[in-house]
Amino acid sequence: MSTPETTQKRPLSPHLQVYRLPLTALMSISHRATGAALAIGTLLVLSFFLAAAAGEETYDIAMRCATSTLGQITLFLWSAALYFHMCNGIRHMIWDTGRLLEKGTAMKANYVVIAAAIILTASTWYCALNY
Amino acid sequence: MPQFPEKKRFNEHIKNAKGLGSAHHGVEHWMMQKITAIANFPLVMWLIYSIVKLQGASYTEFVTWQAQPLNAILMILLVISVSYHARLGAQVITEDYISCKCLRMAKIIGQKLFFFALAAAIIFSILKIAFGG
Repeated sequence: MSTPETTQKRPLSPHLQVYRLPLTALMSISHRATGAALAIGTLLVLSFFLAAAAGEETYDIAMRCATSTLGQITLFLWSAALYFHMCNGIRHMIWDTGRLLEKGTAMKANYVVIAAAIILTASTWYCALNY
Repeated sequence: MPQFPEKKRFNEHIKNAKGLGSAHHGVEHWMMQKITAIANFPLVMWLIYSIVKLQGASYTEFVTWQAQPLNAILMILLVISVSYHARLGAQVITEDYISCKCLRMAKIIGQKLFFFALAAAIIFSILKIAFGG
């Protein structure tokens, strides 16, 4: 007797390989991923000062890098990651007070965080490109 | 840590000898993460505003902007707060994913030194520009 008697689907444990992460979980791991990326990215942005302190030639090279297409794409991704991490970080602060933790409100807050991050990124780049 | 001599405390000595159990640094880590997060918020918004304002600026324009006391002070505060926050986050990630104890300790110490060194270098650069190169 090798075939199982029941065809009813048994519940699976929420292991990463067999479980589709809900949005709240995706937001959680994205918070960590953007945090790790920002640790490098923000210090990369701030190392602009190292170039400026070294003199005018290195400053010009750094500014040319920052205004190049690759530099602009990097800055765009940096700003998007930053705004996401910032908005989700504010939600973490609210979570710390015991609010927004219920399933329904947590899901709604996901969309608020994503929308806020998109709006902030878009308006920053609108200002940057039209300044 | 309060002492309770009337209570028998099992495992206490072997736990201390082996260095296991809570180090009682968790609250400080959490609190500093929150405090630097609160500080990062206005400082980073100001950084983005400054980057937008200074895009394509010449060397002279940049140096003039950076030499203003308020800009230099805010930038130094930003470097301290951001590097501290980044270091705490990096430590948590290391603690979660590196299971080898020796490697984990080495990585945490390395990250600590890296972020301190980088912050020192950037702060020195800011001061050098502010005090006239």
